[in-house]
Amino acid sequence: MAPHRARSGIGERVRRNEDARLLTGRALFVDDVRLDGLLHVAFLRSQHAHARLTSVDASAARTRLGVVAVYTAADLGDYWRPGPLLVPPPPIAGLVFNPCTQVPLAKDKLRHVGEPIAMVVAESRYVAEDALDDIVVEADPLPAVVHLEAALAPGAPRVHDHLPSNLAAHAVQRKGDWARAKARAHAVIKRRFRYDRGASAAIENRAVAAQWDPRAEELTVWDTTQAPIPIRNGLAQLLGLLESQVRVIAPFVGGGFGPKIMMFYPEEVLVPWAALRLGRSVKWTEDRQENFFATTQERGQIHDAELAVTKDGKILGVKDVFLHDTGAYDPYGLTVPINSQCTLLGPYDIPSYESEFTAVFTNKTIVTPVRGAGRQHGVFVIERLLDFAARELGMDRVEIRRRNLLRRDQFPFNNEILFQDSAPLTYDSGDYEPALDEALKVIDYERFVREEQPRLKAAGRHVGIGVVCYVEGTGIGPYEGARVTVEPSGRIRLATGVGTQGQGHFTVFAQIVADVLSVDVTDVHVITGDTREFHWGTGTFASRGAVVAGSACHAAAVRVREKILELASRELKAAAADLVLNGGRVHVRGDPKGGMALGALALRANPLRGAVRPGTEPGLEATAYFGPDRGSTANGVHAMVVEVDQETAQVEIKRYVVVHDCGRVINPMIVEGQIQGGVAHGIGNAFYEQLVYDDEGQLLNASFMDYLLPTATDVPNVETTHRETPSPLNPVGAKGVGEAGAIPTGALFAQAVEDALAGSGLEICEIPLSPNRLFELIHEAR
Amino acid sequence: MTLVCTVNGVRHERAVEPRLLLSDFLRHELGLTGTHVGCEHGVCGACTVLLDGEAVRSCLMFAVQAEGHELETVEGLSGGDASGDALHPLQAAFREAHGLQCGFCTPGVLMTLVPFLREHPDPDERAIREALSGNLCRCTGYQNIVAAVRLACGAAPRA
Repeated sequence: MAPHRARSGIGERVRRNEDARLLTGRALFVDDVRLDGLLHVAFLRSQHAHARLTSVDASAARTRLGVVAVYTAADLGDYWRPGPLLVPPPPIAGLVFNPCTQVPLAKDKLRHVGEPIAMVVAESRYVAEDALDDIVVEADPLPAVVHLEAALAPGAPRVHDHLPSNLAAHAVQRKGDWARAKARAHAVIKRRFRYDRGASAAIENRAVAAQWDPRAEELTVWDTTQAPIPIRNGLAQLLGLLESQVRVIAPFVGGGFGPKIMMFYPEEVLVPWAALRLGRSVKWTEDRQENFFATTQERGQIHDAELAVTKDGKILGVKDVFLHDTGAYDPYGLTVPINSQCTLLGPYDIPSYESEFTAVFTNKTIVTPVRGAGRQHGVFVIERLLDFAARELGMDRVEIRRRNLLRRDQFPFNNEILFQDSAPLTYDSGDYEPALDEALKVIDYERFVREEQPRLKAAGRHVGIGVVCYVEGTGIGPYEGARVTVEPSGRIRLATGVGTQGQGHFTVFAQIVADVLSVDVTDVHVITGDTREFHWGTGTFASRGAVVAGSACHAAAVRVREKILELASRELKAAAADLVLNGGRVHVRGDPKGGMALGALALRANPLRGAVRPGTEPGLEATAYFGPDRGSTANGVHAMVVEVDQETAQVEIKRYVVVHDCGRVINPMIVEGQIQGGVAHGIGNAFYEQLVYDDEGQLLNASFMDYLLPTATDVPNVETTHRETPSPLNPVGAKGVGEAGAIPTGALFAQAVEDALAGSGLEICEIPLSPNRLFELIHEAR
Repeated sequence: MTLVCTVNGVRHERAVEPRLLLSDFLRHELGLTGTHVGCEHGVCGACTVLLDGEAVRSCLMFAVQAEGHELETVEGLSGGDASGDALHPLQAAFREAHGLQCGFCTPGVLMTLVPFLREHPDPDERAIREALSGNLCRCTGYQNIVAAVRLACGAAPRA
């Protein structure tokens, strides 16, 4: 093995600071927390998708040996209240929004399978689960609301009795004049598209542990959340404590993918409450079956979309009317359908756009963002429409895309509609056509289409190629912060608020700071996800960690650098402009052997005796914040070669190429890892993973035996090429990349499989597929 | 019941309930929390440990079934060095090749690969992927796990 050379700085392929802890089993995950006298929790959950809850009798459970407490909604008193609205909707004119947020324990009505009804606290998890069987629930089943269109039909059963229908929201966004575009069009392509639900399926399930220290009067909560600071602030408010009395720690978190930023899950408000009430430490860890019912999901939408094009394939306009399944409650507002609405516009110059969506309550698990967060749907719709248009116009698929890509000189490009962060959907920067060319070159599109495909098809093999484009709105506000401290040891402490779920924060943030302070990346010790260390910020979502928190790290490091130079200038009696920072030392230019170590300077900056100059601050430390005006827009092109077995409908991915542009790349190794994982998630969504609900709202495949995650034999090697168009919106020039791999995969899969079976009449207008479903579609097309 | 077994070379004698899962015994009785639990129905592989040198899913075994056996967990892989400076060659290869992201599935992946590599010291990519196919990872897309295994086997790292 090649010896590791210590390196630092932005753009380097630096191995990760956090890996040794994770590889040796020392890293702390929430379920690893060991506390004296720890009690364990199990939840009794609804077996009905929709029912009136008439009584809950927990008296037998309370008498079971080892049971400490059982709580039902009635036992919560004033603490029972619906959760907060997490994301208020953007100010879209004419918007209808009916907020109905989740409740801690069901009171009168059960609205989805898995909704918690009672909480058992016992000396062991085994006993707690035994006691669930002692609880007697009486409920009158109601017809379940499962299918989106039926949910809005007159007379449909209502998920929320106080609303006149199952309409959760309705919004229309427009630019240009769709009616005129349609009237002028040479062709109008119209299709119905369906996307169905999948699970986020982080390998670590959710968990919450809480400890009340009566001497310190402090509550410590360990939570698998992507947003420890808002959880702390919310818990303090709910429990009547000062924010400083609540410490929330999101330690190592075993995958997030979106659902771990739902706030608040019932378990998140109940476990800390029980710890306070009982004066004992309490822990709950979700099991996999609970995860399938109680952790939020995504992706149910039905689109009726039209594309108006000229004879030359220029897009005149798009109209899209869609239904969005929000599940039983809508605490996350409209983030997902607005992402769908906005991302449909893609990298293309679309002069007129009319997009109308209706969000619908159903008796299914709550919907909140899952890696991609609605962007998949938009990409699927526009990319499929372009494929069908190309076919109708007798044009190459790549050519129709090329003709409509935004040009380099069109940035910043205002799409004239609002994004999920309430800011106008304006693309900051981009260079789209070279990304397309690069992808074509890497996958050798021309040769494949001209030579290889005809040759293989002549031999009876069904091979196809796909090429799709996408953009990803990333790095939105409001803000994040960071504190950088030079310790007397010379090591650098970096604290920030965004928790980590595997994205490499301990390394990427360290690289940014190491770059500014000219130290080795291994000398930057990163602390994230502990509100005692840093308590301003929002969380890890929307591919924003590197962009927003990374920029805050940069700003704090720049201020510390100024402090270092100012103090060193006095100590070394030299002008700051003549000083050099290098390898953890500061010295006068031309005298690398002289100067002082940063640690020694840090000691000087915090003297025990002596007068301090007015206006100075102790230590070499700075805190800084960064909030972008709006998000930065990443983009990319995915291309794939597949071979389809027409008899079995098995699809083999022969090659998978990604050309992506997430602005300035901080660590290419980590970016490639994010893309590879995203593509695997996308392949799962496209061909393996589907949450199957029956007409009663029962989930039929709630286990890893029945719900298929892609394995090592299902996922190809991804050939990645980086392009860098820096974002002008932050000092690092970064754009987000966390979700990119998963976004265009469904559209790509559909195009490539259709191409492999070209001439069969097959049209794929739905995701997820599966070998079974593809088999059906192939036979329907015949 | 009284359970006697050896874990990472240390003999343990504990009173346990017959229904206690081996995964819970290791994690919560012995405090060896490096073994992770992802599904408790034997599919995800995160809880994989070695029983007399063979990979087993500790969520599918009762602790009492380990009576008289020798177990090895991820904590034993690097020789119990707590500083993290000493890594098993496979662990070092995972770090070098970015074979982990959130790291939750990683201990199970490592414990699956240790006996596999003992029997197949120079596997090709297909064999590596087959060996990994019983371990679910949601973060990496497996590509860099495969690269890490090849690196550990002495194959040239990818450019």
